[in-house]
Amino acid sequence: MEYFIQQLINGLTLGAIYGLIAIGYTMVYGIIGMINFAHGEIYMIGAFVSFIAFLVLGAVGITYIPLALLVVLLLAMVFSAIYGWSVERIAYRPLRGAPRLSPLISAIGMSIFLQNYVQILQGARVKAMQPLISGGFTLMEHDGFTVTISYLQIFIIVLTIVLMAVFATVIGKTALGRAQRACEQDRVMASLVGVNVDRTISLTFVMGASLAAVAGLMVTIYYGVIDFYIGFLAGIKAFTAAVLGGIGSMPGAMLGGLLIGLVEAFWSAYFSIEYKDVAVFSILVLVLIFRPTGILGKPEVDKV
Amino acid sequence: MTTATAPTRLLEVEHLTMRFGGLVAIDDVSFSANDKEITAIIGPNGAGKTTVFNCLTGFYKPTVGRLTLHHPKGDFLLEQMEGFRIPQKASVARTFQNIRLFPQMTVLENLVVAQHNVLMSASAFSLAGLLGLRRYKDAERESIELARYWLDKVGLLDRADIDAGNLPYGDQRRLEIARAMCTEPVLLCLDEPAAGLNPKESAELNELLLFIRDSHKIGLLLIEHDMSVVMKISDHVIVLDYGCKIADGSPEAVRDDPNVIRAYLGEDEDEELPPEVLADLKIDTPKPQNMPGSE
Repeated sequence: MEYFIQQLINGLTLGAIYGLIAIGYTMVYGIIGMINFAHGEIYMIGAFVSFIAFLVLGAVGITYIPLALLVVLLLAMVFSAIYGWSVERIAYRPLRGAPRLSPLISAIGMSIFLQNYVQILQGARVKAMQPLISGGFTLMEHDGFTVTISYLQIFIIVLTIVLMAVFATVIGKTALGRAQRACEQDRVMASLVGVNVDRTISLTFVMGASLAAVAGLMVTIYYGVIDFYIGFLAGIKAFTAAVLGGIGSMPGAMLGGLLIGLVEAFWSAYFSIEYKDVAVFSILVLVLIFRPTGILGKPEVDKV
Repeated sequence: MTTATAPTRLLEVEHLTMRFGGLVAIDDVSFSANDKEITAIIGPNGAGKTTVFNCLTGFYKPTVGRLTLHHPKGDFLLEQMEGFRIPQKASVARTFQNIRLFPQMTVLENLVVAQHNVLMSASAFSLAGLLGLRRYKDAERESIELARYWLDKVGLLDRADIDAGNLPYGDQRRLEIARAMCTEPVLLCLDEPAAGLNPKESAELNELLLFIRDSHKIGLLLIEHDMSVVMKISDHVIVLDYGCKIADGSPEAVRDDPNVIRAYLGEDEDEELPPEVLADLKIDTPKPQNMPGSE
């Protein structure tokens, strides 16, 4: 039982990170109907920016952790947002109106490019960082097994909840969110009521990228090791989460992320850690076969 | 049905030509539309009416021609503007032959999103909206008030909170007009607003359009097949056939124009005109509804 609860906490933490990345996939899919395969790389860049920012802050002597975290968070979001914006501007916007396959191929190209770009600039070696926040609460103790939730896990889960609330408000209540939903439903008509569709799409990429950056920051401080290749696996898993939750649906992405995190944690705990990725991707296959619209996705109804 | 003051030019279309490869959809068409008047564009199927609209609203770049809008803020050359700036800056709104609402937004939201630009500048790209600043809240309250005003005018006030996609057909048509009006246009382009409406709905539509002309003092441009609408409410009628303008004038003058009769009925002079077609062209009273989707 204690073991179960511990895995539940670990799974939720991991799931929060996947969920934040998955939102980027789902938002972009919602608005322009393409899978942005370079999104995992944006997350990786977010992790690298966080890593570098921590080193720089340490070098200039800012060691008060809440302040450092806040500064790094903002830097990671801003830099990743610039990358996200540029990727859309360079690789996708010129292909608007092209067949659906073209931006997809362009996205894969962008993903490979960004991986190699970071590999060349930062080197291929794994980067490691001292744990920043240690300690936590002991929830229960039984037969020598303690269930703990670390401050870091609390930080990750709370920050995720806060960001979800902020983004849900933006989408649901503000003019920008309304424009995004309008573009999702009918891009031509949105432009006819005066919505700048290109700018709305750009802002969607910016929002998705800044959430991925937060996930990158979280993974940097949670695991303490990053390399140029982390975006690939995390990206595909977050994509699985988005599909599981129902691609195009924001709550679905978060729910899918949590489920994928839990599956991974429990599979590692009760079966074999080597096959955790297989377990996750089996879900992708099963969902695509049996419920392609995902848990919260709306089925497309064709009126005859 | 002219207004008391001398009409002012709102829209001037000069030598508009639109070619798609070898196909000439519009061939050197010039006309103008006055402010505070209803100008109807009629013509047989394939005459190029919707293409004119598409040029006006930035969907197509005309091959040749100048489209000048005399806006209170100055003149705009519509053929040179980016699509989304035409509603934004030049205040031209349009509706579609096949209705294009945002089906998964509520009726009210459909009208609020049409005021996107006002809200966007008031909210400084949603930042103020997120922080719940007063400035944004005021702007949003005003936009909801305007939306409610138009919902009241089109009789949908009690349905403000249901999804637009769930409205019956006639209501969707009226909502589309209300949404166009929420952008606060100076020129409203309506592509077959009466298509698929029953005679009662069609009569209500006439009243709505006259109300918009008289109370909001804007120009309306109307594509319509339903002659009961065209003859009853238009101040000015333009007839297109095969991409060329064949008549231009008051409804009465156009109705009796031999070119128009020939375009609608064919060249054969010996043939007796079928009485129901004559009725379509001449009689003012509402007639049974058009076949929906007649184009």
